[in-house]
Amino acid sequence: MKLTPCRIKDWIGKLAMLASVLFLCIAPAHAATLIPADLTALVSGSYAERKAAIEKLANADPVLARPVLQSVSQGTLLGLPDGRAVIKSDHDYTDPLSGKSVAAPTEPTRKPVLNNALRRLIQNALASMSLFAPDKATRQMAIDNMLSRPDNLSAQQLDQALKAETDTALKRKLTTLHALAAAADSSTAPGQRMQAVQALASVNLPYARTVLNNIISEENNPQRAISVAAAASLSHIDARQRNSALANNAFTGLSLGSVLVLAALGLAVIYGLIGVINMAHGEFLMLGAYATYLTQRAFRSWMPEWFDYYLLAALPVAFLTAAAVGMLIEWLIIRHLYGRPLESLLATFGVSLLMMQTVRLIFGAQNVDVANPIWMSGSFAPIAEWLPAFVVPYNRLIILAFSIAVVIGLYLVLTRTRLGLFIRACTQNRTMAACVGIRTRKVDACAFALGTGIAGLGGVALSQIGNVGPDLGQAYLIDSFMAVVLGGVGQLIGTVLGAFGLGVLSKLGEPLLGAVLVKIVILLLIVAFIQKRPRGLFAQKGRSAAEV
Amino acid sequence: MKRRNILKTMVCSLALAFGAGALNSSWAQGQIDPSKPPIKVGILHSLSGTMAISETVLKNVALMQIDAINKEGGILGRKVEAVIVDPASNWPLFAEKARELLSQEKVAAVFGCWTSVSRKSVLPVFEELNGLLFYPVQYEGEEMSRNIFYTGAAPNQQAIPAVEYLMSEEGGGYKRFFLLGTDYVYPRTTNKILRGFLQSKGVADSDIQEVYTPFGHSDYQTIVNDIKRFAAGGKAAVISTINGDSNVPFYKELGNAGIKAIDTPVVAFSVGEEELRGIDTKPLVGHLAAWNYFMSVDNPANSAFKKQWADYATAQKLPGADKPLTNDPMEATVIGLKMWKAAVEKAGKTDVDAVRAAMIGQTVSAPDGFEVQMGSNHHLYKPVMVGEIRPDGQFDIVWQTEKPVRAQPWSPFIAGNEKKPDEVK
Repeated sequence: MKLTPCRIKDWIGKLAMLASVLFLCIAPAHAATLIPADLTALVSGSYAERKAAIEKLANADPVLARPVLQSVSQGTLLGLPDGRAVIKSDHDYTDPLSGKSVAAPTEPTRKPVLNNALRRLIQNALASMSLFAPDKATRQMAIDNMLSRPDNLSAQQLDQALKAETDTALKRKLTTLHALAAAADSSTAPGQRMQAVQALASVNLPYARTVLNNIISEENNPQRAISVAAAASLSHIDARQRNSALANNAFTGLSLGSVLVLAALGLAVIYGLIGVINMAHGEFLMLGAYATYLTQRAFRSWMPEWFDYYLLAALPVAFLTAAAVGMLIEWLIIRHLYGRPLESLLATFGVSLLMMQTVRLIFGAQNVDVANPIWMSGSFAPIAEWLPAFVVPYNRLIILAFSIAVVIGLYLVLTRTRLGLFIRACTQNRTMAACVGIRTRKVDACAFALGTGIAGLGGVALSQIGNVGPDLGQAYLIDSFMAVVLGGVGQLIGTVLGAFGLGVLSKLGEPLLGAVLVKIVILLLIVAFIQKRPRGLFAQKGRSAAEV
Repeated sequence: MKRRNILKTMVCSLALAFGAGALNSSWAQGQIDPSKPPIKVGILHSLSGTMAISETVLKNVALMQIDAINKEGGILGRKVEAVIVDPASNWPLFAEKARELLSQEKVAAVFGCWTSVSRKSVLPVFEELNGLLFYPVQYEGEEMSRNIFYTGAAPNQQAIPAVEYLMSEEGGGYKRFFLLGTDYVYPRTTNKILRGFLQSKGVADSDIQEVYTPFGHSDYQTIVNDIKRFAAGGKAAVISTINGDSNVPFYKELGNAGIKAIDTPVVAFSVGEEELRGIDTKPLVGHLAAWNYFMSVDNPANSAFKKQWADYATAQKLPGADKPLTNDPMEATVIGLKMWKAAVEKAGKTDVDAVRAAMIGQTVSAPDGFEVQMGSNHHLYKPVMVGEIRPDGQFDIVWQTEKPVRAQPWSPFIAGNEKKPDEVK
């Protein structure tokens, strides 16, 4: 027979028919486990019915069940009033049972309501289905899911997965999971179980502790080898947890200290170098935070693609706004009150009320929203091996780095610039400085503006970690004064150390005493300290002030 | 002549009768009689300070309902006039402002307060001056005053069912609880009640941890680390009674630390749609709240309520009108105003003693889809709903009661409450 195109088409047609018949014979054998009633139960059934439907999907053929489960968890499975369901992807709609595309539904659709327990079931089912998936990303997701939720492990399944796994990183994770499963299962062979228990010593998951504790309590005999091994592994894990907790406390103390430094530094400049008690200092922090809010709004309206960088633009805006307002206040009120601390205290208190009320009138009495840019959200564990629970949030780390940068910047301004030289000269001996030709009035104004500008920068940082409202400054005023007084008036290094010291002390005390009591205790400690050393940590020596 | 006169008088008197009848019916149909003095109503909510985030909308929704009442002809033909004061989240100032409303402004009723400490501050003032307060917020119970009508939930209508849900298999079967709250009477008392309840369910004391933060606290790093450590022991959930704008940094820190609701859910009793407005809710999906109403409840009464609020917010150019949200205390405020109006009309006067008697048994078709009734214990019968946060900031209702539940202001889990009466005398 000659192979003419007609004949070839004929054969192809017959082969296709044969294939489709075969497919039709085989396919129903899989699709038979999923029936429309399951989908109806999933969309609109009671909790028990939805749970049963999900369990059925978990045990059905992954080829069909996985897309259905994925669509449920992503919220793309939609139920129709007549009991059917469709999966939506962009603009296409497919039938979950057959995988074929269908027309867009015209009736109103509803999503199945999930609660945490059902979501957990779905995630676990997806994870165990995806263990043997062909692409690495899916397998990695499945394994990571099992690591974070290891309450349903099967040692057998993990064994199979280990044998089939090719990637080394994933193999290591699977080994951990296998160790957990083997140790948790009391029917594992004793030798294998002992090995697994010993392997758990280096595992950092909370579930490892639960498994080891269970072994110790179910054996009920501390002499048995496996109990000894479990106790030893547990002590390793606990030591790492303790160290992590310490590291956490130290870091949170440093981060609180960095916030206090930013808040107190401006006050230190103004009070320490000029001698003005600025009760409106908190309001300059608030001005900086509101300047950040306005910058964010400007970026949202005019430059949305650059939104993630609005903080960098907010820094100079906040500095200049706070410095400008500071200069205005200095020129109007403060310069008449140099050398009169009580009057300047009263006057600045009035200024603070004025500023708060002005902001209330302009922006309203409620808090305003300042969103964190993406690079400031989330956290990471820097030393995951030895300190597994030591987690560092990005926003705190950036604020810590920022506060150190501000301190260094201020140091450079005060030591390397002419303005800084003049400021130091006026502080040490105002009359002599005037005699050698320094315009003391101008220098005072500039110093005040510098101090308030730094407070503005502090406000930018505060807007990222707390609420921004008209009384933002009130919460930090007292703490700023405590840091300045503790550190010693006239010494910036004192303020820096005082602020960090206060931060670390508060955070170390918080787990023991609670947030409310620790503040009281710190206040009492400062009062006691000032009795002993009235001039603070770094007292100014004599008339010629030491270096900054 | 005589007949003409008789006809004339007859026509005149008929006309007068019709006219009087028309006037009467127009009063009944809804027109305010300008000759009668207005009824003053006090609004006592914090419009500044740490609680402004929650309380400002309550003032606005009260004004909305008063507007609606006036459009329908006021109460007893008299216009209702709102007297608004701002106690600024300052508890002693609440008492001062309450006294001002009752003795100077002579208001017929006051709608206000959120925190229990503000309510405890004004309670002696209301009892001394025999005023009437409508309190729309969920609270800790342990109170049943003649002078207050509680339109918010008592612990058995919110806290206890929520914890029961978490302990059930459907809720996840949690056995260990981290109780986190703001440091004042409501969280302290609620946690005392919850501890008694959990102990009655066999939860050991070592499986319960209690932590408190002051009002306005914003640094939750250590506490979130504590939660992580506590959760490492397995089967742990967090019960949050944090109030005010401290919730914003708390949820942000939760999101940053990666505490997922599937593992360690947080159920909050003072967080609703309004408190979630400024937070990125995508990392918080699955965390829970328990109320008697959610904005996502699907029924005609709620659709009408939401539309009424959206129209009002847009017309008044209120902040947040671009995304109008309703929540449980707003619904309770509206229920309170509707019931008070009905009670005044039933009593025929605004006198506090008469209205108090007329309030008992009042029923309103509420936006939560149920007929809520004012019980003889001055508390509403309310349905209980547990909701999970959705990515868009709304709540998915995952569990609710079939019928409204009667309030138990004297919780059975606090010793000595068995002797307390269940009715206001």
